[in-house]
Amino acid sequence: MPTITMAQALNTALRDALTADENVVVFGEDVGALGGVFRVTDGLTSDFGEDRCFDTPLAESGIVGFAVGMAMAGFRPVVEMQFDAFAYPAFEQIVSHVAKIRNRTKGALSVPIVIRVPFAGGIGGVEHHCDSSEAYYAQTPGLKVVAPSTVSDAYTLLREAIDDPDPVIFLEPKRLYFSRADVELGAGPPIGKAAVRRQGRDATIVAYGPSASVALETAEAAAAEGRDLEVIDLRSIVPFDDETVMASVRKTGRCIVVQEAQGFAGVGAEVAARVQERCFHYLHAPVLRVSGFDIPYPPPKLERFHLPSVDRVLDSVERLQWNDTADTRWAVPV
Amino acid sequence: MTLMEPVGAPQYQKFLPADHAVQYLDTAGELTESEARYPRPSDDRLVEMYRNMFLGRRFDQQATALTKQGRLAVYPSARGQDACQIAGAMCLRPTDWMFPTYRDSMALMARGIDQVELLGMLAGEWHCGYDPARYRSAPQCTPLATQLLHAAGVAYGENRKGRDTIALAFCGDGATSEGDFHEALNFAGVFKAPVIFLVQNNGFAISVPIAKQSAAPSLAHKGVGYGIGSEQVDGNDPVAMLAVMDEAARFVRAGNGPVIVEAQTYRIDAHTNADDPTRYRDAGEVEKWLGRDPLARLEKYLREKGLFDDDAAAALAAEAEASASALREGMNAERPADPTDLFRYVFAEPTPQLREQQAQVEAELAAESEEH
Repeated sequence: MPTITMAQALNTALRDALTADENVVVFGEDVGALGGVFRVTDGLTSDFGEDRCFDTPLAESGIVGFAVGMAMAGFRPVVEMQFDAFAYPAFEQIVSHVAKIRNRTKGALSVPIVIRVPFAGGIGGVEHHCDSSEAYYAQTPGLKVVAPSTVSDAYTLLREAIDDPDPVIFLEPKRLYFSRADVELGAGPPIGKAAVRRQGRDATIVAYGPSASVALETAEAAAAEGRDLEVIDLRSIVPFDDETVMASVRKTGRCIVVQEAQGFAGVGAEVAARVQERCFHYLHAPVLRVSGFDIPYPPPKLERFHLPSVDRVLDSVERLQWNDTADTRWAVPV
Repeated sequence: MTLMEPVGAPQYQKFLPADHAVQYLDTAGELTESEARYPRPSDDRLVEMYRNMFLGRRFDQQATALTKQGRLAVYPSARGQDACQIAGAMCLRPTDWMFPTYRDSMALMARGIDQVELLGMLAGEWHCGYDPARYRSAPQCTPLATQLLHAAGVAYGENRKGRDTIALAFCGDGATSEGDFHEALNFAGVFKAPVIFLVQNNGFAISVPIAKQSAAPSLAHKGVGYGIGSEQVDGNDPVAMLAVMDEAARFVRAGNGPVIVEAQTYRIDAHTNADDPTRYRDAGEVEKWLGRDPLARLEKYLREKGLFDDDAAAALAAEAEASASALREGMNAERPADPTDLFRYVFAEPTPQLREQQAQVEAELAAESEEH
């Protein structure tokens, strides 16, 4: 099997989609000759021609608004936002039009656009290059929001996103672009389905995107201390897979949500609320969140203090009110 | 020092704004002696233009009345901008795309959209009452200037598909201050999209006058900076409006890239029924613009040329009254809304969460009907 990076898996997904459907077009700033700043669109212009993969003027709202029109003409645009915080000028187009056009028109029009957003931090990027913006999109009805954490999922989810009849915000964890895996790219679970990355019986860790590997590492470390943790990778934030998450928590009775984004009003808060609404009588402890702090994304020298680390997740594992360690019982601060 | 190649001006020279607006009829409806830069529309087209404007005016009046009766949540009148709207609708083929704003109801009516459907949004029934795909007319856009990018994209996309289709996007003077206006002109120019941007400069963005909106010599001049064709026209002169729009449609359809047309006009009524224009403009100004009424101007011209007479006027008035009466009847009829529609059009397939929420509403409805 070939060893490939997540960036290469995404590139392959775009190639396969461009080959499979002549209506697929890729565009954005620097996606042509340069191949994208992360090389995800590498070689697409030379191999498929400028009609299929092309550079646009530097204007994010323009890119997304133009994609809306092209979708109305029958294309399936895949656009790149280059960096998370650079997508904010396109926010109005995304939330007021891309997300709503099906609803506004009672289904007469739809815009199957994929908006690729390299997101989150851990790469030592300067400001405006490391935001975790998933909650903004997840709060917007009409958008699907997905974030791969594995090389294999990067391919599968992107192919699915391009084929999806609805617009998809495709969040690519920057720090995983050059992670490698020996995989055959092909079929995988669909959008809307979470993956159980590790089976366990004592507690469930729910994570997605860049935090999924932190959760897995935590589970391995905890195993050494006798805690058998289950790890759920959401893969898809919208639609949300209640079934897989709840089945796991009902089995384990404990739950921690890990996210890199600031915690307040974030995806983790939503997961915690859903778990408590649905699994209250199965829980032995409050659902805990481990997240970034409620601060603007910090400068590179300080980011390690902000990002949820294995140690920080392990600390919260110990606060799950284990019956065998009464002294670690944890009370919610008033 | 940078050496630059001279810009290839001739390709858009035909559409380059003069220092004054194109005009064929003066405010009294007399032919002007201005240089005819664009072919004058045929007599038949001008008669059709008058008919559409007359029906549009009556529709606008009826919709305003329906708002006062509480049938519509709000209605932004287009009175005074009749010529701009009708010329915009008439320069298109049925296969072309139109991108209207909330004020462009007359243009949508001239597009052949059922009037009750057309008012569905303002009646609070759904965000777009008509089928945009069927009428090739996008939903009326409330955010300013966002639709201009959609028009550029669809025009480029249709062209890429090898179809002989153009797009027309309406916007107002206020919208020219928005970022999307500039991104749309730039994208359309770079990609040579066959799109017409029709700016209806009606003097005010709610209460803010054009002098506080732009320091440009005209809004049409904004096209020059993007390398696209541009023109300014007397928006209350129906002959000039139709002449320029017809030529703009021919120009973009021929592959010359986009055009921006600024129609200089005036909103006679308030921004919407919720607005109080006496706070920001004086009655004298409104009087002056009432004297430039596009309907009166064209009617006078048509009568003098023997293309319109009292009999035709009576027939047209009767048609307009019948149309208004049908609209009243349609708007007064009970049109029940289906609460489960709330969940039906969010995604192609509802998510499990939406299915749960729909079940909740259905249970509430069932409980309600048991009570009654």
